[in-house]
Formats: sequence, structure tokens, C-alpha cells
Amino acid sequence: MSEYDPALDEDDDVNEDAQKFMFVNRKAPYGSIHMHELQEMMLICGAYEQDVTAVFMDDGVYAIKKGQQGAALNMKHFSPTYRALDGYDIEKLYVEKESMEARGLTPDDFLVDIEIKTAAEIGALMEEQDVILTA
Amino acid sequence: MKFTVIVNEGPFIHQASDSALHFVKAAIETGHEVEQVFFYCDGVKNANKLSAPQSDDRNLVKLWGAVNTEHGTDLVVCVAAALRRGITDVNVAEGFRISGLGQVMQACCDSDRIVTFGD
Repeated sequence: MSEYDPALDEDDDVNEDAQKFMFVNRKAPYGSIHMHELQEMMLICGAYEQDVTAVFMDDGVYAIKKGQQGAALNMKHFSPTYRALDGYDIEKLYVEKESMEARGLTPDDFLVDIEIKTAAEIGALMEEQDVILTA
Repeated sequence: MKFTVIVNEGPFIHQASDSALHFVKAAIETGHEVEQVFFYCDGVKNANKLSAPQSDDRNLVKLWGAVNTEHGTDLVVCVAAALRRGITDVNVAEGFRISGLGQVMQACCDSDRIVTFGD
């Protein structure tokens, strides 16, 4: 099978061979590069027209919190890019309820449209995936 | 079964690379197939041929290279992550090749299981 090249596919047809990929974002955004590089992985996966789900849990919920100022730490300010996920047809964004509540956050604190799911619901969602990736 | 293995941590600082190496060898020895080992995040440092651990320690860069030599296992280093950390064609170790994230997406689609080793 030749490698799929998204550049050659300019129409909006659904990729019938799409696999279900889940990206588990679970680290704070600036203490390490993991969230930034996982974001890059998600974007590529979206560009390859796979069926992408993004979950934010543990300290990963901070990655999509409003009002970040990465530049103050001299870090690349990558949080606005989460708003671009939509452009890659990545629309299934979930925040784990327990992680959100443990950190005193509410659904209004996030810079993208997300759905809140319990750990058990996310667990069930994981069961449905073909591929689960994290960094 | 066909596996894709992802390594997200560098050698020596974390057990992830050692565990992944043992996993890959065990998988191959028991008749499974390893479609690809993909090195991402600090995992790309496993491909730095300038790495020179002390002689009484294991040399993970060479051990990974040997997996490619002995079994032909595809060892792919993410180009974006590698350039960020100074791994280029100049110092990439024998047995590894530098390529893009698309490679691991393809491998994930072609494998039965994806196993990630990281923190």
C-alpha cells in the first residue's frame, strides 16, 4: 500500500479507511515539551484524515485553559493552535471531569469547545479506539 | 501480531528506551512482527551516534542499531523532534532513518497494536 498523501486529496470526502485515534493529553503545558509535541502529532493525524479524538486529563487540562501567556516564560505560545484543530476536522475534544474539578476549573475556563466526560466514560471511549497515543 | 512501538524518552535518563528495546526483542523472538519503532520527543536522542556511554554501561544507540541490522526493523526518527534536539543526517546513528510523523500514522494504521514507552 502506498503512503497516503493528504496534499493530493483536496476534496472533503470522508476517508473511508480512517482509523480511530485517541490522543491523551495529560501533562502541564510548559513544564515539559510533551504537550506541544503531542499537539503536533494530533495535527498531522488530522491532516491524514484520521478519525481523531482528543482527551485532556490530569494536568493536561491546563493546556487548553484560557489566558495563557507562554511568552512570559520565553516558551512558544502553542495554546491558540488548539483552536485550529477544528480546521483539521478534529472536533471531538473531551475533558475528564475529575481532573477538571480537582483543579478548581469549570467548562468556562477552556479556550476551545469541549465536552465534559467522567473517567469511566473516557474509559469506555478508549475501548472503542483503534489507536491510543500519548506523549 | 504486528506491533508499532513508540519511544518518547531519551536513553540513560529514563527506563523507557531500555523497556522498549527489551519489548521489541522479545516480540521478535516469540514470532511477532515489529512494523516500526518510532522515536519521538526526547526519544530521538536514542539515534545520536555521538552518544558515548562509559564502557561498562550498555550503549542503547548501538543496541537499537543492532536490532535494525539483525532483524531489519525499521527505526524511524521524527524529523521535527530530531532537528529541535540537534539530531540530523550528520549524527544520526547507523540503522536509523529520519522521517516525518506521517510515517508513524501509517504504521499505526498498518499494525495490530501500538505500544508507547514514555513518562
